[in-house]
Amino acid sequence: MSAVLPTVKSAEVGAQRIVFGVMVAFFLIGPALGMYPVFLMKVMCFALFAAAFNLLIGFVGLLSFGHAMFLGTAGYVCAHAAKVWGFTPELAIVAGAAAAGLLGLIAGLLAIRRQGIYFAMITLALAQMIFFFCLQAPFTGGEDGIQAVPRGKLLGVLDLSDVWNMYGTVLIIFLAGFLLIYRTVHSPFGQVLKAIRENEPRATSLGYNTNRYKLMAFVLSATLSGVAGATNALVFQLAALNSVHWSMSGEVVLMNLVGGLGTIFGPVVGAFVVLAMENYLATLGFWVTIVQGAIFVLCVLAFRRGIIGELGRLIRKPL
Amino acid sequence: MADDTILETRGLTKEFKGFVAVKDVSLKVRKGSIHALIGPNGAGKTTCFNLLTHFLTPTRGQIFYKGQEITGSSPSAIAQMGLVRSFQISAVFPHLTVLENVRIALQRKRGHSFDFWRSERVLSELNEEARRLIDAVGLAEFENTVAVELAYGRKRALEIATTLALDPEMMLLDEPTAGMTHADVERISTLVKRVAANRTVLMVEHNLSVVSTLSDRITVLQRGEILAEGDYNTVSKDPRVVEAYLGAGHA
Ligand SMILES: Nc1ncnc2c1ncn2[C@@H]1O[C@H](COP(=O)(O)OP(=O)(O)O)[C@@H](O)[C@H]1O
Ligand SMILES: [Mg+2]
Repeated sequence: MSAVLPTVKSAEVGAQRIVFGVMVAFFLIGPALGMYPVFLMKVMCFALFAAAFNLLIGFVGLLSFGHAMFLGTAGYVCAHAAKVWGFTPELAIVAGAAAAGLLGLIAGLLAIRRQGIYFAMITLALAQMIFFFCLQAPFTGGEDGIQAVPRGKLLGVLDLSDVWNMYGTVLIIFLAGFLLIYRTVHSPFGQVLKAIRENEPRATSLGYNTNRYKLMAFVLSATLSGVAGATNALVFQLAALNSVHWSMSGEVVLMNLVGGLGTIFGPVVGAFVVLAMENYLATLGFWVTIVQGAIFVLCVLAFRRGIIGELGRLIRKPL
Repeated sequence: MADDTILETRGLTKEFKGFVAVKDVSLKVRKGSIHALIGPNGAGKTTCFNLLTHFLTPTRGQIFYKGQEITGSSPSAIAQMGLVRSFQISAVFPHLTVLENVRIALQRKRGHSFDFWRSERVLSELNEEARRLIDAVGLAEFENTVAVELAYGRKRALEIATTLALDPEMMLLDEPTAGMTHADVERISTLVKRVAANRTVLMVEHNLSVVSTLSDRITVLQRGEILAEGDYNTVSKDPRVVEAYLGAGHA
């Protein structure tokens, strides 16, 4: 009997390893298959953003409806640091992520004691404040954003204006962030998060100060969203208002619903599907929004578990 | 406060929108005893537990644990002080295995709980102790079963094993044998007696044979107020208790 658990677990891990391998291979050979490197870099940034968001909704049960504030703030800080302060790209990304983490700490302290819809509302309200701040503040460039951000030289040596250097850097950042989230979910801390999600009063009665754990998860998620936003700003050499707009907070929810909430790979697949739709349906103009809305409704009604969630159920292994 | 009192309440009162669920309850629990809290449904027993562990904030009154006032302490801080409750409605982590359920409790004291960068494999160092606790409540063959799949009585047993994993100085058990089969009741009451050897237990219990065999002292609650207090013989002969509680189909 006691041998059952390890084998079940290792079969799960085995399936996840294979999918991980497929994912890495996809991003490695994607450009060779004719996909635009800039598009794939965008996918990786948003996949990291979606995975960071999923850490909260999927593994703690917290629905933040203002996650764009972390993505966007980090983008602005990174762009400003690289362009005005002359930071090297790695330091500009760190600065962006730190700003997002700090904002996450403040937002978390304000929101974490609220439950359900109130939590979502507070995060949304804070995100709106950040949006208006970015619209009005002198250094964010208003409607224009911060443009022509220099990509600079990584560690002072690797020139990121070369698209393949940039591509490799984004791939490494994405994989590191993804693996950190995977590890967090499968860590002693992740185990406590799981317990809180399953039965919060019981976790409290066992002596866990559940708000502290939720806050920690929130700050982690905000910081990683910041890494995604900062990296994205370097890729496009731009920090713009759309990254702090509420529709961006909605888009990350959509990515997770499409890919599968609470799965490991769902956010990546969801980000790819949603961005591919935007990209390839762009000629449809405003129809994109309607098609997206339809997919959203379809996911909620038909495959509630999302693409990866349904796939995992099919092969009876969590992916 | 007398030296051998571990838990004391003074004038504990809880009102819900004008309705008084717990009224002026002053209670002393002796260290090392098994103290039963009985009374008809709606008497306020569960509310008392919620107040003691600060899952609810009292309208009035004070609570002292080991000589220290804990009225305003947070629920998790109270648990960390060694005053640990169980729930009337069985409280397990439904999609974790039996082993994982118990490990969650062990993990809090043994550390790593904020370590998000470490593999969960470090938790396997807790397996041996977890298995000992699981064995003690008779769940050895279910250690890899997901909790939601356990029969009701076994869920309660798991809950007790999880509570015991904290090695609490004082346990609050809310109807530990409710809804159990006769054999399960036997097993749980034997277990409670055994684990109470070196700790204090305050329990809400409807099964009077369990109450009579286990408890050193009994407090009877009715409509939020203490109706009677004493050992089983005293309480069971009290005419008011007989009328209010034992008479109501329980005797
Ligand atoms: N959160 C609450 N809000 C309003 N009334 C409550 C609440 N909790 C308990 N009560 C009421 O308080 C009374 C005592 O309930 P409870 O403590 O659960 O009784 P017992 O555990 O003795 O059966 C009941 O009448 C119940 O309806
Ligand atoms: Mg009750």
